[in-house]
Amino acid sequence: MFLDFYYLLREYGISISPTAFLRLHKALSMGLINSLEDFYFIARSIMIKSEKYFDLYDKIFAYSFKGVEFEDPFELGIDKTLKAMLMDWLKDPVQLSEVLGIKPEDLKKYTPEELVKYFLERLKEQTERHDGGNRWIGTGGTSPVGHSGFHPGGMRVGGRSRNKSAIKLALERRYKDYSQQGPLDSSQIGEALRRLRNMVPAGPKERINIEKTIYETVQNAGEIELVFERSVKDRLKVILMIDNGGWSMDPYIEVCQTVFNYAHAQFKELTTYFFHNCIYDRVWLDPQRRFKPFDVDDFVKKDPETRLIIIGDASMAPTELLAKDGIIYFDEKQIKPGIERLKFLRETFKHSVWLNPVLISEWQYIHTIRVIAEVFSMFELTLDGLERAVTHLMVKK
Amino acid sequence: MIKNDKTNFTGTSTYVLDPELAKIVNVSISLEMPLLLKGEPGTGKTLLAHAIAENLKMPLIVLNVKSSMKAVDALYQYDTLTRLNDSRFGDSKRDVSDIEEYIKMGKIGQSFKSFERVVLLIDEIDKADSDFQDDLLDVLDQMEFDIIEIDKTIKSKHRPIVIITSNAKKDLSDPFLGRCNFHHIAFPDHDMMKKIIKAHFPDINSRLADASLEAFYNLRQLPGIEKKPATRELINWIRSLQIDPDFDPRDLKRKKEIPFLGVLLKKSPDYELAQKRIYLYR
Repeated sequence: MFLDFYYLLREYGISISPTAFLRLHKALSMGLINSLEDFYFIARSIMIKSEKYFDLYDKIFAYSFKGVEFEDPFELGIDKTLKAMLMDWLKDPVQLSEVLGIKPEDLKKYTPEELVKYFLERLKEQTERHDGGNRWIGTGGTSPVGHSGFHPGGMRVGGRSRNKSAIKLALERRYKDYSQQGPLDSSQIGEALRRLRNMVPAGPKERINIEKTIYETVQNAGEIELVFERSVKDRLKVILMIDNGGWSMDPYIEVCQTVFNYAHAQFKELTTYFFHNCIYDRVWLDPQRRFKPFDVDDFVKKDPETRLIIIGDASMAPTELLAKDGIIYFDEKQIKPGIERLKFLRETFKHSVWLNPVLISEWQYIHTIRVIAEVFSMFELTLDGLERAVTHLMVKK
Repeated sequence: MIKNDKTNFTGTSTYVLDPELAKIVNVSISLEMPLLLKGEPGTGKTLLAHAIAENLKMPLIVLNVKSSMKAVDALYQYDTLTRLNDSRFGDSKRDVSDIEEYIKMGKIGQSFKSFERVVLLIDEIDKADSDFQDDLLDVLDQMEFDIIEIDKTIKSKHRPIVIITSNAKKDLSDPFLGRCNFHHIAFPDHDMMKKIIKAHFPDINSRLADASLEAFYNLRQLPGIEKKPATRELINWIRSLQIDPDFDPRDLKRKKEIPFLGVLLKKSPDYELAQKRIYLYR
């Protein structure tokens, strides 16, 4: 029956319709599947509709049929996050030693990999007894986010924190079901985005304009005069900028990905850029933010009618937004503070919105959200907010 | 095992079939489901349909999807202009009062009306708007459609074997995916590619094959190459190398130069990038 297998796949977020599952049984009953290998390929082709899920399918398949230990796929990203965090801390050995409980002079003995390992072990201990958690990491109110930044409210481990901090999320992940649905259902996003279009006549003149044809024919004393026109097509240009860096965005990855996927399906002319926390001298065309930089100054060359959509939590240390060289990557220099860049983008594009996955009720508690909301029209990343954002983008200016 | 040998697809002389894909093709044929193929350009998505048609000795009908195409264009066309002309001048043999005379079948319509089972290839479906897919949903599911103008239903005589290809990284709409079997063709690995080369050049000198494959995969791995060379480019390149009397495969090994680089890389930034790299190796 393979019901367990089916439900396990579904549980890990591969949406497989019952029809597809029944179809697999039809294939089985027709005698098309005669070995485990057949089953592997055929089940995959019938049930999995995107190569994105092939890897996950492999893991679940190996677990279900070969008893291979199943690594929770949602924990795989944690290493990278921690590494980035440690790299940040490394700039400040005093803080790092405090955090890890190693003496500064001993710190040099560890390689970064060893530090990550050590840190992960501490993290595990921490999850097991998270009652006294807030004494453990950085109680002094300095944030690991931003090397010179001061995080208002400090960082709390466990419990509810308004200033979402990295560790908290790293910890939360361990006991919270991460596969929960975001505030937006995916098909609803498609619906909401569908309204964002700009219909203009385009292409060859191939459609008969009946009204005009009749008029011209009458004018022409009944001799038929055909009038053709171009059909209208969506020619909307969209720039999407996504904050995909940092741990503060982690809980929203899923919802951002959904928006991103639907935006890709919806708009023909869509360019996506990535940034971390705030926009500085450049944004990136590649999600790793390493290989394909794009100078923010060059946006002047773009069509001002382009719709600019920024998705980010707008939550960061104030210095990251307001100070020159506030960028959290230590080795990058910047010419202007982030806020100037944001204002520049706002002026360059007539139509722009900022979509914020943070709940609107929490905006007032985070300083940088308030500042950015003064620059951009900010909307909550929910169906409701998305609809209002779309309306805002379509207002004629 | 699939009992009906007539519909057992096994590959052709120039199409090297991966056993995994063979299973999927045969199951899709037996289940009468359209098969959606994705994968980067040059992995042989389109060729597969040609190979199936050749192997099963069925006619192939190709619907090349264009960006401006609407679903109805693929089904049938009502030629109003000819009818208008005929009604005015009355010099054709067609009966103007009979609309059916002015209905022309599109590619999907042709495949339905065919007297024998055909292979229908819907190529690059992602080029058209997503409305296109949505409109085709029921047509491919029920294998029938209505001609509104004459209120007639066209039903397939034999369910065609439907192969759909898509180049896009984006997914097609969920309901559409639900009605297809799916397969993603990975780029052939070294061994598979060797078989493909052997199929195309049965008497290729093995030193040339190895050297060119190595150079080919090295080029594909260069960071920053926008349009990676695919199977088609490789085959054309080997053809050029075979013609060139001055070419010595050992030069490729020594990384001296890559002759006819333009056959492999078609974008000028890629070309320059690769040339710089080769220069560095020297």
